[in-house]
Amino acid sequence: MTTKEKETRRSQQQDVEITGSEAVIRSLIAEGAEVIFGYPGGAIMPVYDALYDYRNALRHILTRHEQGAVHAAQGYARVTGKVGVCIATSGPGATNLMTGIADAQIDSTPLVCITGQVTSGLLGTDAFQESDVVGLSMPVTKWNFQITTPEDIPEAIAKAFYIAASGRPGPVLLDITKDAQFGKLKYKYAKCHKIRSYVPEYPVNKEKLAEAATLINGAKKPFLVFGQGIMLGEAERELKSFIDKTGIPAAWTLLGLSALNSDHPLNVGMLGMHGNYGPNIKTNECDLLIAVGMRFDDRVTGTLKTYAKQAKIIHIEIDPAEINKNVKTDVALLGDAKKILRLLTHIVSPNKHKEWVKEFKQAMAIEVKKVIHSDVYPTKPGLTMGEVVRRVSEYTKNKAVIVSDVGQHQMATARYSRFTQPRSHITSGGLGTMGFGLPAAIGAKLGEPNREVVVFAGDGGFQMTIQELGTIAQEKLGVKMVILNNHFLGMVRQWQELFFEKRYSFTEILSPDFVKVADAYGIPGNHVTDRDKLDDAIKVMFETEGPYLLEVNIEKDDNVFPMVPAGASVSDILLSPEDAVK
Amino acid sequence: MKKEFIITTYSENHIGLTNRITIILTRRQVNIESLTGSESALPGIHKITIVINEEEEKVKNIVKQIDKIVDVLKAFYHTNEEMIYQEIALYKVLTKSLMESDDIEKLIRSHNARILEITPEYTVIEKTGHKEETQDLFQGLNKFGVLQFIRSGRIALTRSPIEKLSEFLKERDELLERVETRRKLRKAN
Repeated sequence: MTTKEKETRRSQQQDVEITGSEAVIRSLIAEGAEVIFGYPGGAIMPVYDALYDYRNALRHILTRHEQGAVHAAQGYARVTGKVGVCIATSGPGATNLMTGIADAQIDSTPLVCITGQVTSGLLGTDAFQESDVVGLSMPVTKWNFQITTPEDIPEAIAKAFYIAASGRPGPVLLDITKDAQFGKLKYKYAKCHKIRSYVPEYPVNKEKLAEAATLINGAKKPFLVFGQGIMLGEAERELKSFIDKTGIPAAWTLLGLSALNSDHPLNVGMLGMHGNYGPNIKTNECDLLIAVGMRFDDRVTGTLKTYAKQAKIIHIEIDPAEINKNVKTDVALLGDAKKILRLLTHIVSPNKHKEWVKEFKQAMAIEVKKVIHSDVYPTKPGLTMGEVVRRVSEYTKNKAVIVSDVGQHQMATARYSRFTQPRSHITSGGLGTMGFGLPAAIGAKLGEPNREVVVFAGDGGFQMTIQELGTIAQEKLGVKMVILNNHFLGMVRQWQELFFEKRYSFTEILSPDFVKVADAYGIPGNHVTDRDKLDDAIKVMFETEGPYLLEVNIEKDDNVFPMVPAGASVSDILLSPEDAVK
Repeated sequence: MKKEFIITTYSENHIGLTNRITIILTRRQVNIESLTGSESALPGIHKITIVINEEEEKVKNIVKQIDKIVDVLKAFYHTNEEMIYQEIALYKVLTKSLMESDDIEKLIRSHNARILEITPEYTVIEKTGHKEETQDLFQGLNKFGVLQFIRSGRIALTRSPIEKLSEFLKERDELLERVETRRKLRKAN
């Protein structure tokens, strides 16, 4: 028996007296956690001490900052579909988690975050490293709870995992006082399957289903838009069967990307502010809009005043609070996307919608001519983000897990990477957290160790969590890092150029030589500036075993188009800066 | 158009739950006119009544957000017309002003108020009713000087004969069983 097996077996013993800290570790193992991310400190030390005895059964990754730990847990959760786990100490350790928790909340990522807290007798006394973590995290968690007695630990952890993963997933925080960690309990673990005050999902309403089918069968120009709900509900196959049978063109939100293969003939591209031309203009031309597992974010809809007003709207959604929140629906189908799509596919009539699909292809041809061709196959000197992203994606035969940070390069990554399997595109959508990319890639690599994991980051965002190079070096993680360096905070610069009269207020940013920084950590890397060296540089990156950092110099005026200006209608999408002037 | 709505929530009696509910309102710039919490007819289940002044569309969304809180069993909203509601107010006046004429006594009688305590120094008067009624009495008494005044949050009941919570809990139990059975089936597949 290996040490790992011994530890796992020991963790499964029930009815034994152990400390609260050991109960934390055993409960995590009981929930199937294999990798956790964290940073030790005073108030969480008993848990770290207990972890020492289980370090083979439960792999702990020491990040360089708690924000790195929570983003890594997010990346891990997003690629695996499992609950991500991170641990931090009280006070600053816990407050450093907040950005990632808020990010996970808005992007529906299942997380269990465990924070140490001062001894219960000191609560409310402004003790050393005390902060009101339950109060602080309340608006950004699906559920949170403070544990002050050791006996409550197993049940609270079971509830935490159940809540985080069920229904619409989200982050959960458990704040455990130091005396609860030290105290003893008789350990017994039972998974949670039910909470009387919580309905994770509602059963499908058959009448509404029939209403939806009637609308779908009668539509001349139906259009399906999907979000991350497809992957969260493991409904990728059902989505494909549904569109294959009905011939309905489908477009994705930023977080829906990779749920449907890039080369599927009915995949018509990305929605929203920097999405594709066709999906945006056709939103305002379709007669039926079928939204699945998406929440009509303002970056997707533009102004709601003119959004799909001509169309009937079907909304398939697990969270009742999303129904009619932003867009009024005609038929709301509440429940699990997998089940609903499967049932719908059975009852709708087969169709082709040839002419209608052709309209999307025509719109795509316009976009290729005006935007995509010069982004991906530029002839002017100076590299573009689009060509780098596409070359990298092609080198991996579109099989890599692609992680991005936030900004211009994020949009280029979403537009020009291609995907052949789900859960392969990881980015911070709702919160738009710069600094997300590098730590999320760490989590993604640990979740998918046998796949290539590439992170694209800008020079700005990379410096927000650059310290996680240390984590990559220590754990010898084969993350491939591509910095698209335009020496500016590019997305802000783009807005300054278009909407603030080119007043470039504090967007020029000095960066270190990133390759030298990587070298200091013992991570190999290279610079590329010329187009004729790009393919070789990419090849060397992937052929080098372990981590690698490639810094690519990008033209600073390589702006992201098309663009729906903030507050404009989706059908007023601009294809070029000249359109903006007009 | 904004009008008064009564939001009622049934929840577990957990620490911090009121906070979780009120931050949903504050985040949306909605002011709380009154908030009352107490145990419901079923032991262990807490009832919170909140009065807000808002447009109905916004109230609907707010109630869905409250309903979504893990520890909340169910949240409802009603208009004033749909509920029987009451508030309680306490007024402290100088006993001297009570003695000087029968004006205060008349006010107490005409408003169906009652005296809770009389000391040589001050007298405490209690009045239950809708806000307009307790406010009316305040205006009347204040002519003689009100030393202290307090009004409670609103409490409200629906017009249905019994609290349907026990039925609701039973239905909820069946619903959760169905969802759980389906989940198990899906896993097995």
